Amino acid sequence: MSPSVIFDAVMLGFEYSLLAVGIYISFRILDMADLTVDGSFCLGMAVSATCAVAGHPVLGLVLGCVAGAAAGCVTGLLITRAKINPLLAGIISMTGLYSVNIYVLGGPNVSLLDAPKAYDTFVTLAKGVLKVSQVKMVFIVVLVAAIVAVLAAFLHTESGLAMRATGDNEDMCRASSINTNLMKVVGLAVANCLVGLTGALLAQYQGYADMGSGTGMVMVGLASVIIGELFGGRRGVTAGLVCSVVGSVVYRLIIQSALMVNFIDSNALKLISACIVAVFMGAPAVRDAIRSSKQKKVAREKAEAYELALASAATAGSTTAAGSPAGAAPSDDATTEGGR
Amino acid sequence: MTSQTSPTTSTDTMPTLQVLGLTKTFNPGTPVEHHALNGIDVTLMPGEFACVVGSNGAGKSTMFNAIAGSIIPDGGLVRIAGENVTFKPDFKRARTLSRVFQDPLKGTAPNLTVAENVALAYGRSTKSSLAFAMRRERREMIHDRLASLGFGLEERMDTKVGTLSGGQRQAVTLLMATIGNPSLLLLDEHTAALDPEATRRILDLTDKIVSAGRITTMMITHNLGDALSMGDRTLVMDDGRIVADVSADERRGMGVDDLLALFRANAGHDLDDDKVLLEK
Repeated sequence: MSPSVIFDAVMLGFEYSLLAVGIYISFRILDMADLTVDGSFCLGMAVSATCAVAGHPVLGLVLGCVAGAAAGCVTGLLITRAKINPLLAGIISMTGLYSVNIYVLGGPNVSLLDAPKAYDTFVTLAKGVLKVSQVKMVFIVVLVAAIVAVLAAFLHTESGLAMRATGDNEDMCRASSINTNLMKVVGLAVANCLVGLTGALLAQYQGYADMGSGTGMVMVGLASVIIGELFGGRRGVTAGLVCSVVGSVVYRLIIQSALMVNFIDSNALKLISACIVAVFMGAPAVRDAIRSSKQKKVAREKAEAYELALASAATAGSTTAAGSPAGAAPSDDATTEGGR
Repeated sequence: MTSQTSPTTSTDTMPTLQVLGLTKTFNPGTPVEHHALNGIDVTLMPGEFACVVGSNGAGKSTMFNAIAGSIIPDGGLVRIAGENVTFKPDFKRARTLSRVFQDPLKGTAPNLTVAENVALAYGRSTKSSLAFAMRRERREMIHDRLASLGFGLEERMDTKVGTLSGGQRQAVTLLMATIGNPSLLLLDEHTAALDPEATRRILDLTDKIVSAGRITTMMITHNLGDALSMGDRTLVMDDGRIVADVSADERRGMGVDDLLALFRANAGHDLDDDKVLLEK
């Protein structure tokens, strides 16, 4: 891979990293699989594009956040007030948002090639020093770093602790006077706010907004979070947030290298992210199954050896009365040990 | 170290807990209709520690659920420190009331550290806010409180609670339940899932914490010996009623057999609790 290809992949990774952070909040902190994401991503994108075309790119990013958060609130209220199953609530929001997104965008896709972008000011400022692509990179990295820092701080405040505990042990939270319903709604709002911002940023970075681009975003986010966990993302919340960003970048590098060697064509991207999620989430169960079957095999061999010892002791016993299974006793211990 | 002031010092004549004519029927009008509570009256004065024993389905846990707000009773009143809380949702009630469950997994958040769990419980007596939960002075206070438990947990402040043993988790839960000086502490068979050694240690700790903080406490137990030796009152329940209320004076010198006899006399049948441990 040439440096410029790596540069592009890393930048794409950062562009999608807030999606991963959002998924981390709903999936790991609140312990909910939130399917609103496909809709809120597109909503953020549509809002951002519409604002940018109207000449207000920065407002587009802000409203993209707000719109995403609102979508998260709807799902949160469906879960907590209407008592709808979280998966179904997400699907309801996502489905409804499809129409909303068409209204907001005003068509299946909108080009932003001539529209102003949120990073334009910095491009002018850095003229002659940095290339446009470098300014875009700095802008996104700083933005992501700032947001991750704020989130990490929030999750260590009393409210943040209450939110983490809500996903961890809801009964205990209610017994500790925590309004878990509020925590879920706020958590989903924050998560989808980040997802909406990702869509908003992406519209301006890639220069177009497309109705179909939200499809499969849940999987992309989940894959990033799970890859991030290979880099130590389960140690704590701060590590989890940072590793989600790392996971997003690594995910894009993996995809890019697979595309480069013509291992896959771009149509297979969704299939790849689905496979990554399925394989990594299934891995612990498969590992346990392999381990226990190994143990079973060892235990079975020991049991057979023990039976043989007993049998030979019995035949020996018929000739010499002293021959008892006592000699086989040590392997008895070994059998129980192996069976554990 | 533990605050010696009871939350109701100024109003020592006002009961901490007042339960009046509490009734609850599950599945009314169906073949599985069940009268869980048939008019419960209990009054606990500040600092009182009452043990509750009773037969299967006597309504012990239902009474706790109604006091804690997990269920809304069909009739009757629950007053805590003079305030009528009968219809207040559980999470709002929890500022004045703490509850420890039988299952050690229920009282703590497994993926949060020991210190974070305690900080969370402490934070509820203040109000959840955007202040950092683990400020230095608070961390030191939590360290000292953990050290006072005698379970060595102060050395494991940054361990996830999920890795602790049942006894250790229950010790953390007890600290969490009492760190905010609650008006009322409800212990719902909080040692039933522990081995005998851990049970002893947790009961000793319960005694220590409750008496140090003069916390008004109600404890459900299946161990009749503990029901007579712990606290200063024993309530006996059967069929959704309190059938005996044995005061500290009355139960002095009383044995498990006497308690069983009392139950038979008042309830009209033997105490049929498959979990009751007869310690003679």
